[in-house]
Amino acid sequence: MPDTIDSLLPLELSAVGFEAGGECLIHDLSFRIEAGPPSIVLGPNGAGKSLLLRLCHGLIEPSAGRIGWAHTNRATIRCRQAMVFQRPVLLRRSAAANVAYPLRLRGVGRRDRESRAAQALSRAGLSELAARPARVLSSGEQQRLAIARAWVTEPEVLFLDEPTSNLDPAATRAIEELILAIHRAGTKIVMTTHDLGQARRLAGEVLFLHHGRLLERSPAADFFARPQTEEATAFIQGDLVI
Amino acid sequence: MDDFGHAFALAFEMIARLDADLLEIVGLSLQVSLSAVGLAALIGLPLGAAVALFRFPGRVAVAALLNAFMGLPPVVVGLIVYLALSRAGPLGVLGLLFTPAAMIVAQCLLVIPIVAALTAQTVADLYEEYDEALRSLAARPGQILGTLLWDGRHSLLTAVLAGFGRAIAEVGAVMIVGGNINHATRVMTTAIALETSKGNLALALGLGVILIALSLTINLVALTLRDAARAQHA
Repeated sequence: MPDTIDSLLPLELSAVGFEAGGECLIHDLSFRIEAGPPSIVLGPNGAGKSLLLRLCHGLIEPSAGRIGWAHTNRATIRCRQAMVFQRPVLLRRSAAANVAYPLRLRGVGRRDRESRAAQALSRAGLSELAARPARVLSSGEQQRLAIARAWVTEPEVLFLDEPTSNLDPAATRAIEELILAIHRAGTKIVMTTHDLGQARRLAGEVLFLHHGRLLERSPAADFFARPQTEEATAFIQGDLVI
Repeated sequence: MDDFGHAFALAFEMIARLDADLLEIVGLSLQVSLSAVGLAALIGLPLGAAVALFRFPGRVAVAALLNAFMGLPPVVVGLIVYLALSRAGPLGVLGLLFTPAAMIVAQCLLVIPIVAALTAQTVADLYEEYDEALRSLAARPGQILGTLLWDGRHSLLTAVLAGFGRAIAEVGAVMIVGGNINHATRVMTTAIALETSKGNLALALGLGVILIALSLTINLVALTLRDAARAQHA
């Protein structure tokens, strides 16, 4: 495949808008996502963070504007990115079968599949649960399993939508460590959160979203030290941003 | 009603002495209906899933047809299969009329709409939950169909059991295409109809008791197995 030598990134959004039910939920977003440190999409609930991720991942089509990857082949674009949802959707099979599933979809042979799935499970610290039905795992384990399943194909870009919401600190830490490991292995992380502490721990750069508009975008250190907008300042100070 | 007491006594007696004629009839009933349901599942499961998942021209018409055909009159299906398989019919050369094979075909046609319509509902519900996750994992349409059928397997068993209930209980279709020939195409329902018309009400009722008990047993076993598997998968 000649495709493998060139990169999916950068992802370019130009004047992207999204409407549903007559309401405009995303306004005129234009920015580029490049390879590099994790990009964290930050903002209060209802800012359009999840929507933005689903647009970027290609699960929904923008009502206006354009979203384009450096690549043009649709199948390649789809196969070389992955997404982890806020509420993981696990198949009614064992943990190992869940992780092997995307490899099976891609026609990877059985032996290769099993060894790669076992490796992904071990990186997620789930080896001992490999044979357990996925849906009886705890929510933290389920989310780690979803991340292992997303990582098993070694995507170039991984989108994560609030992967630690509703998890306790220990489970959150395990997931953050896993995300950092994926980043170090060379996958671009694009992640939403409304947890400021998490953004501080993980972010390379911050995209601050409010009411469907991109208000700020800056390196994490700058964003937290010198926010440029009132909304971001209030958000960082822990005030209610409406 | 003395008939009922007599019927139960007769039913137990026939079972107890493993009456050869009875075993033959029960065996053929099971063979025909299980084969018909197996075939209908092979066709109806993917058909129902396709109706639920894919947008194709005429999809609504197919869905309406499947729903309407859940209540297809067995005698009419029997008649159509009879015409198709009769010597002058388009499939007459196969020589299947008045054989168990013809009965399987007729029951299969009766069961397909039930399996397909119930499958469409189950798969549509599951698809709502799985849609974005499967597309995200780069599943192609055919792969999505297979995944949803497999993940819905516990619920889909109910669809197949409903089809089995329909097949084992119907009399019109097997009567017409099978002919109720002793030692060849006689099944429980046609035997009941025959014994009733001969006035052997107790024997007919006894066969009825066995038929219902059989159907109940199969459902109990299948649902117990399903619940055990489902509990394991939460």
